[in-house]
Amino acid sequence: MDFPTIIQILDSAVRLMTPLLLACLAGLYSERSGVFDIGLEGKMLMAAFTSASIAFVTGSPWLGLLAGIGGAMLLSLIHGLASITFRGNQLISGVAINFLASGMTVLLGIKIFGLGGRTPALTGGGRFGEITLPFAETLRDVPLLGPIYADLISGHTILVYVAFLCVPLTWWVLFRTRFGLRLRAVGENPASVDTAGVSVTRLRFVAVIIAGVLCGLAGAYLATGLSAGFVKEMTAGRGFIALAALIFAKWRPVSALGATFLFGLLEAIANRYPNLDLGVITIPSMFMNALPYILTVIILAGFVGRAIPPRAGGEPYVKER
Amino acid sequence: MDKMPKWADVILTPLISLVLAMAISALVILAIGESPTEALKTMVDGALGSSYGWGFTLYYTTNFIFTGLAVAVAYHASLFNIGGEGQAMLGGLGVALVALALPWPHWGIALPAAMIGAALFGALWALIPAWLQAKRGSHIVITTIMFNFIAAALLNYVLVNILRPVGSMDPASARFPEGAHLPSLADMAAGLGIEWGKNTPVNITFFIAMLACVLVWLLIWRTRLGYEIRAFGRSEPAARYAGINPVRIIVITMLISGALAGLMAINNVMGEAERLVLNAVEGAGFIGIAVALMGRNHPFGVFLAALLFGFLYQGGGELALWTSIPRELIVVIQALVILFTGALDNMVRMPLERIFLSMRKLGNG
Repeated sequence: MDFPTIIQILDSAVRLMTPLLLACLAGLYSERSGVFDIGLEGKMLMAAFTSASIAFVTGSPWLGLLAGIGGAMLLSLIHGLASITFRGNQLISGVAINFLASGMTVLLGIKIFGLGGRTPALTGGGRFGEITLPFAETLRDVPLLGPIYADLISGHTILVYVAFLCVPLTWWVLFRTRFGLRLRAVGENPASVDTAGVSVTRLRFVAVIIAGVLCGLAGAYLATGLSAGFVKEMTAGRGFIALAALIFAKWRPVSALGATFLFGLLEAIANRYPNLDLGVITIPSMFMNALPYILTVIILAGFVGRAIPPRAGGEPYVKER
Repeated sequence: MDKMPKWADVILTPLISLVLAMAISALVILAIGESPTEALKTMVDGALGSSYGWGFTLYYTTNFIFTGLAVAVAYHASLFNIGGEGQAMLGGLGVALVALALPWPHWGIALPAAMIGAALFGALWALIPAWLQAKRGSHIVITTIMFNFIAAALLNYVLVNILRPVGSMDPASARFPEGAHLPSLADMAAGLGIEWGKNTPVNITFFIAMLACVLVWLLIWRTRLGYEIRAFGRSEPAARYAGINPVRIIVITMLISGALAGLMAINNVMGEAERLVLNAVEGAGFIGIAVALMGRNHPFGVFLAALLFGFLYQGGGELALWTSIPRELIVVIQALVILFTGALDNMVRMPLERIFLSMRKLGNG
């Protein structure tokens, strides 16, 4: 494997980790506030569909992005209503949201575009373009660092940079602001936050809505940045993989960067080498494709360190009377 | 004292939830520019209007009974098994391996053998998530979902590289031998001199599914193990204090759950397709979640809910055939049923409880 190949694989890993990272941060806000969210998958899927549809109709990826955020947020509000207001089972609500997105996107897709559930391919201006960072071309000839800057760091769509900026931002919000302190407290011990006179319901709703916005970004990136349009079930389990990455990262933003990169790298390698030849044996493509899911199971099994979730996670809060 | 009478809890709340889910589904149909009444008429005609329609409705019902029971049994132990899809896929592999292993002389011998294969493979596929939950505390919801994806990849590999007959391009196994052919209900009715449900896939597995309902009821409410499962599901610390071993309960419950999901393959793989194809399960594993929630995790409720979803599934197929409403409407209805009967349960329950409380006060005062 030579240097340009490594750069290519890493570049592809960065693209593939972006939706995972955004979804992972979405889950981080939600779960830090004590609301489990296995509906990340559905929210991303819905956002991918709404953003691709609006981007196709208007020709603007920015309007598409807004629509994506709107679509994901709608499902977020349903999740909030079910799991915060009506104190329902958060897992069941998440499962329902995943099915709702899976059914609605195809139903509407067939009805509106008549392409068997796809949206028409986005061309040119309908997608987010790649941004070339300043001096990328001039610096390309610098040995080692030149190609890294020109090919790996430069040349992504805006959402990739937004995703990476969200990591320090989330860290700052979570650990350096009053809101972040309260958010972490409400996920550990909601009664104490309530006693301090802060509304548990409001805090959790804010967290769930932030999760909706981030899932919206993730879905929009999938449909208008990574590929050119919506395809049925295009999230392909990424929401669940993001959850596994979240556990792997022990609900911390900076570790989430590393965890999602690992999954992005795996997917990039699987795409690059469908049948990985290890000399002695050749690993079949089906196995390579299943690798992220297998890794998810291994991570969940805690073979890579014990993860302790927010203590009040999954428990609806009943105010004492 | 309970806040409301038992009948309101068991019948009224799911019924109201169902009505709400259906009302929103009707709005969805309206929103895509179709008529809900026409859609309902097409569905009823297509699914219940003829013995042909019933033959398909009952075939799907059989699938959903197995996957619904699988979810219900696990739910009694507070385990949320979303892996029915993968377990049923692996069950299909078990059936195919058994059916193709020998030149079976008669279905009466092939059926029990295939059932063992189906249950064994389904249970094995549930064993790893169960063990990981029991021993390592990894969340069973996410591991079972991952195992659905892994099952699909595994099945793809096995079909393409091992079970595919030489010269065939299809990722499917060879046809099962003649002796492994299960009698369809149409054959059985014809034997009694009745013409019913010609060319429909419903077969003897339907009766096995009903038997499974009875057995699950006996297991959960009439055996020591069932008591332990329910006790564990209600309160893990209390169960532990009473000397119930959590690891044992989690593993055994998931093995039973996986075996039930796997047994579905008798119906779709052995009874209908008579060979193993990719995506033989067609989402039935997921519908089992809605069926179990709707049926309040009681075998009789599961039976009724499976019948309802059998009707919806067959009716949905007819909709796609005769109108321009896509099949995926069923997934939306399924999602709404899960949402209303599962997650938004309190939305229906709280006002109802208030009504019953005020009625009781009026009665007393």
